[in-house]
Amino acid sequence: MKEVKIAILADSSSQLLSQALEGYGLEAGISFRVFESDYDQIELQINDPDSELYRSESEYVVIFNSVHKLQQKFFNCPMEERNRFADACIEKIRVDLDTMFSRMKTRIIFLNFPFHNDSLFGNFSNSLDFSWTYQLRKLNFELMNLSISHTNFSIADVAQLSSHAGDKETFDPRNYIYGDIIYTLDFYALIAKSITEMILVRTGKFKKCLILDLDNTVWGGIIGDDGMENIQLGDLGNGKAFNDLQRWARELKERGIILAVCSKNTEHIAKEPFEKHPDMVLKLDDIAVFVANWENKADNIRYIQSVLNIGFDSMVFLDDNPFERGIVKTYLPEITVPELPEDPCEYMPFLRAMNLFETASYSKEDAQRTRQYQEESVRESLRRSFGSESEYLSNLDMTAEIRNFDAFSIPRVAQLSQRSNQFNLRTVRYSEDDLLQIAGSRDYCSFSVSLKDKFGDYGLIAVIVLRQTAPEELFIENWLMSCRVLKRGVENLTLNTIVEAGKKIGAKKIIGSYIPTAKNGMVKDHYEKLGFEPAGENLWELYTHSFVNRENYITINSN
Amino acid sequence: MSTSNTLEQVNVIFRDVLDNDSLVITPETRADDVEEWDSLSHIQLIVNIEKHFKVKFLVNEIREWKNVGEMIDCINRKLPA
Repeated sequence: MKEVKIAILADSSSQLLSQALEGYGLEAGISFRVFESDYDQIELQINDPDSELYRSESEYVVIFNSVHKLQQKFFNCPMEERNRFADACIEKIRVDLDTMFSRMKTRIIFLNFPFHNDSLFGNFSNSLDFSWTYQLRKLNFELMNLSISHTNFSIADVAQLSSHAGDKETFDPRNYIYGDIIYTLDFYALIAKSITEMILVRTGKFKKCLILDLDNTVWGGIIGDDGMENIQLGDLGNGKAFNDLQRWARELKERGIILAVCSKNTEHIAKEPFEKHPDMVLKLDDIAVFVANWENKADNIRYIQSVLNIGFDSMVFLDDNPFERGIVKTYLPEITVPELPEDPCEYMPFLRAMNLFETASYSKEDAQRTRQYQEESVRESLRRSFGSESEYLSNLDMTAEIRNFDAFSIPRVAQLSQRSNQFNLRTVRYSEDDLLQIAGSRDYCSFSVSLKDKFGDYGLIAVIVLRQTAPEELFIENWLMSCRVLKRGVENLTLNTIVEAGKKIGAKKIIGSYIPTAKNGMVKDHYEKLGFEPAGENLWELYTHSFVNRENYITINSN
Repeated sequence: MSTSNTLEQVNVIFRDVLDNDSLVITPETRADDVEEWDSLSHIQLIVNIEKHFKVKFLVNEIREWKNVGEMIDCINRKLPA
């Protein structure tokens, strides 16, 4: 089982949080090794260069300040300084962050604060800049700004969890008085679940696709029986509930989640509302793969998976029918299938509470994803019209841009390194900070490849990190590629570029290595296929002097 | 509900929370007698007992318990007759 080291720094009892974290970790197949600092030692742990925190080498540091202690601090503050309370806290946190990042390579998860009223001014506290209400909300707000400016500083949104759970389910005043345990047991579990989700998405486990059933999921009623004018949408019947769900799906699509349809229907009847119904939020353009037929849904989802080429575990399937859900769950156990409530009014509250689409990053290219998959299906039909693979490839008019890591490419490279699981030789995950260091290091030589063809822009699709391990050796620390460009000859182009880079620094040997994971079996023979010779278990080498450039149909666009 | 019946149910909760399947508690059992029964698991025991019996203890009641027997008496007083 994968091991992840986490340190918790807390100013109140944190054992329940760490217990719950370990539990959720096991459930997700990760062994969390939690280091808990002694009670109320945050300052000491951060400021002592030789503290247990720094020796723990934790990949994540969870900072958990209790809102009760914060409130005491606030009340101990002289009246005339209170309007600067949040600013002073942020300044302090900023200094702590600098200290920590200078001493360890880690990601900090900071728990923001649930709202906790002081009942001093009532509603009027909103109009006083020195009130607790004002300063507490400002602090949560400024924490967001801090996480925008520091990529390795993330917020666990405890305020959001608490607002959903409610005050009574958040705080346990008796356990606080009796044992300095500020939250209810269930609320510690909620926080732990949320932190686990934040960590999971950074190991590549997150959702990329939402598959929708149609009848009684996307609209009310059965299109084949009721006809287009009678399905419930907009003001008709429970239409609002379905429109809410559609709006959510469309927003997800805008931010890069691929939408697919899987419905038991006759295709042209199922498509009609998407084309003609005035109250439909979703249009055909929003759907990357549309499957409506009378086959079994598990098979149809297998088909959707084959078009999109993403893991089943990155898919969510929404269907109102428990029978269909059951079939999909039985045959495709990796897919997430929410047990939608019977009442459509409850669909959205239920789905919002599930937090299905946690993510660790966002880039503008995410929003282009649906278009890219649609382009892909056009390519697919072109491919079928050609006799040979090379004829097809030369007809695509592919051009590539190869560039060293720079301010433009680093966020996208970091993201691809987190997303990519299958075509990933050593599954090294890089943060933006890692990449900045690599870009500035003389031991490394690294580049990314972006690809275009006549149908569209694939964006940045391959990443190579090369390290000079000996004067005449270049080691491929990682080679990863988006599965969307398989069988396009990008591997050949990339290897040519690697060898060229090797020759430039006088390397005689290129060394490739493969670290197997549950998901990257497809590249097991990658180096062998490219003409490398075996040099040990999962280790390969290539001599640059005898290398002949490998054929491909991609023009390098140098600008 | 009889005292012995309450004790049986509480024993199940103790085994579950303290993760000790062979634990047998009696009215005379005190926290010092059970290795896993520390201040943290004490709170987990209380919350689980409250959920199970649908009762709520006052902080002063909790502070007064000397052994399992007093805890059981307190639960029984709160249960509907």
